[in-house]
Amino acid sequence: MYRIINKRDLTDITKLFEVDAPLVARRAQAGHFVMVRVAECGERIPITIADYDREAGTVTIVVQEAGKTSAWINALEEGDEFVDFVGPLGQVAPMADSGHVVLLGGGFGVAPIHPVARDLKEKGVEVTSIIGARSEDLLIFEDEMARVSDRVLVATDDGSKGTHGFVTDVLDAMIEDGESIDEVIAIGPMPMMEATAKVTRPHGITTWVSMDPIMVDGTGMCGVCRLTVGGEMKFGCVDGPFFDGHQVDFEEAHKRVKMYESEERIAYERYQNNEKVCQRGGGCDG
Amino acid sequence: MADRKDDRWVKTPIAQQPVEARIKNFNEVALGYSDDDMKREAARCLKCKNPKCEEGCPVNVPIREFIEHLQNDDVEAAVHSILSTNSLPAICGRVCPQEEQCELVCVLSKRGDPVGIGRLERYVADYGIENNIGMETVGESKSHKVAVVGSGPAGLTAAGDLARMGYQVTVFEALHVPGGVLMYGIPEFRLPKDLVQREIANLEAMGVEIRPNVVVGATLTIDDLFEEGYAAVFVGSGAGLPKFVGIPGENLLGVYSANEFLTRINLMKAYQFPECDTPVKIGRSVAVIGAGNTAMDSARTALRSGAEEVHIVYRRSDQEMTARIEEYEHAIAEGIQFHWLTNPIEFLGDEDGWLRGMRCVQMELGEPDASGRARPVPIEGSEFEMDVDTVVLALGTNPNPLVPRYTPGLETESWGGIITEEETGHTKREGVFAGGDVVTGAATVILAMGAGKQAATAIDEYIQKKYGSK
Ligand SMILES: Cc1cc2nc3c(=O)[nH]c(=O)nc-3n(C[C@H](O)[C@H](O)[C@H](O)COP(=O)(O)OP(=O)(O)OC[C@H]3O[C@@H](n4cnc5c(N)ncnc54)[C@H](O)[C@@H]3O)c2cc1C
Ligand code: SF4
Ligand code: FES
Repeated sequence: MYRIINKRDLTDITKLFEVDAPLVARRAQAGHFVMVRVAECGERIPITIADYDREAGTVTIVVQEAGKTSAWINALEEGDEFVDFVGPLGQVAPMADSGHVVLLGGGFGVAPIHPVARDLKEKGVEVTSIIGARSEDLLIFEDEMARVSDRVLVATDDGSKGTHGFVTDVLDAMIEDGESIDEVIAIGPMPMMEATAKVTRPHGITTWVSMDPIMVDGTGMCGVCRLTVGGEMKFGCVDGPFFDGHQVDFEEAHKRVKMYESEERIAYERYQNNEKVCQRGGGCDG
Repeated sequence: MADRKDDRWVKTPIAQQPVEARIKNFNEVALGYSDDDMKREAARCLKCKNPKCEEGCPVNVPIREFIEHLQNDDVEAAVHSILSTNSLPAICGRVCPQEEQCELVCVLSKRGDPVGIGRLERYVADYGIENNIGMETVGESKSHKVAVVGSGPAGLTAAGDLARMGYQVTVFEALHVPGGVLMYGIPEFRLPKDLVQREIANLEAMGVEIRPNVVVGATLTIDDLFEEGYAAVFVGSGAGLPKFVGIPGENLLGVYSANEFLTRINLMKAYQFPECDTPVKIGRSVAVIGAGNTAMDSARTALRSGAEEVHIVYRRSDQEMTARIEEYEHAIAEGIQFHWLTNPIEFLGDEDGWLRGMRCVQMELGEPDASGRARPVPIEGSEFEMDVDTVVLALGTNPNPLVPRYTPGLETESWGGIITEEETGHTKREGVFAGGDVVTGAATVILAMGAGKQAATAIDEYIQKKYGSK
């Protein structure tokens, strides 16, 4: 069992958890993810690592409520435990050695981009971070990002903070301004990552996106996470999560994540209505 | 006509759940022998001087001996006989392809049915479980630690044998429960999960430590294990990487790998959605591609999960089918429709990316191919469409590349199998042994167990030679 050592409210719907998982912490690096399960009857879901502390043996994740499992996680308190917390999985984030890298974090995606910024900065890379959310009250990690970036730019969909618009609008403006950009890395909702790739494509700027397809095992065993990248089949969990944004077949990826939309809705509604939420630690017979 | 039951050339039938009932539930289909069935069947054995059956068993179960105990009404002694070489008999009794092994060579099969060795083994093993008869440690306790990667039949057998010799054994498992394919692949109606866990509990009672949620290669590397003081490592990480067909439409919604389909249902209990959180979507008409055990299991699982019709589509003929004969017969009885010599060439989708049909072509058998089996070739102009909305690809699996990728010095074949010395399972890396599907590619439970057993002996020799006998 993996105990929650510390919980912090980042926004009304976004919570940060520091979890006791020494083995995961020992090898975790920016870009890795963990497979998490709340209880015996829970789903296994992937969550990108937002931070780790090797000495304390803890791993930090940030979860934004979007459905049943995320709501359930966010209802956990300090001292509660995850039944499973497996990792670190996936490939490490692409790390440039020099030049100017622009990082885009959308919504809860700002959290996992934070260690990427920190590692790049440590290597002496110039880091511009563009972070955004629907509105100011949903914006997270602004201070944290400021500490590990040379510059932080903010965008909100409703204009309540920073540029009125999307993070990609800010990126577009930077490119229009003629800033030299060597590489772009985007983590966030899929439409935002697709838009990022679209903005950079005409300029030939290398762009990495962190795909989060549906996963079951997260270790390459089931293939549900398959994506088409450059015309080839890739497994999001073991080949990714980072892929060349200009090569990803986003149209297909969008469709694939919708596979269980109706079931997800049913589960979420039942959860909100407190209907038979299984919390058992042992076997389950429904 | 004589009552078939009394015919000494006929194997005593095993009670089964009636078809109409069983296709609506996930309970075990074969119900096992009663005491009388057992006695009748055991009595058929001739106690051959030179028991052929034992030569057919990859783990050398003393078959004649255990059946003799049954004839003498000493079931407990039979349990001990079997456990002396086989640590997972309740599993083997249910899933081994006996018709290709012990029962194939039983002398009775020259004139009639062989002795129902599998069914007797199952009877004995279940008796052992009910009466808590476990294995005993035989070796003196040793100070050396051995790590086992993967808790499928290969890993569990190696762990059990090493623990019996007195080693301190830790099994690292990537998933949240141990058992490998026995838990996530083979369905409940063929192998109750509770039973698998009880056989594993027996190993734990012998001192085997099981650590789930550790992905070797990611969470820990094999180098880490040596650093932590393990004297040797056995890799039994299986062949978990699903193959896809590489035809258009493979990524449509509604197209599953068998691993995904079965994992959702067996391991994650999707048939209990929404009480359990993991969903699975099964349409009206399901096509399973392939004709091995995995295909039979997928088809019968789809049926039990509410599909109206289930088809098995295979590009070769029934002669080349690799499934256990009993499962094939069950599938036919349950109404699964078989389409031999039929190959999918395209999956057809709708605008939202959902599968709505499958284009197939008829095949005929041509010259033998590299595997020695007749090569299926498409018949020109025979394309047709099948009206299906769910497809499960059961085309086989390759070894999962995680362990070799992160273990320097471990060499693999081009298809991913770890290269080992045949007699010992020793890999190209000193102190690292491997066996089971990760070496052979997808095979059988019993072959994986045999490999685990062989490696346990080799590991013991290796450690004794390197560190002396303590
Ligand atoms: C649906 C299905 C039905 C089958 N039916 C039959 C049957 O009726 N009879 C029969 O004889 N055979 C059958 N087989 C084949 C049989 O199950 C396998 O041959 C056998 O399980 C192989 O055993 P193994 O120990 O080598 O590997 P597995 O059973 O695959 O176990 C490997 C284990 O290692 C774990 N693992 C993998 N990578 C790592 C890692 N990096 N770190 C830690 N752990 C890891 C996996 O999670 C898994 O638990 C069937 C297979 C399937 C899929
Ligand atoms: S070969 Fe058949 S008859 Fe002979 S000992 Fe084995 S099971 Fe009995
Ligand atoms: S999540 Fe199963 S293979 Fe990637």
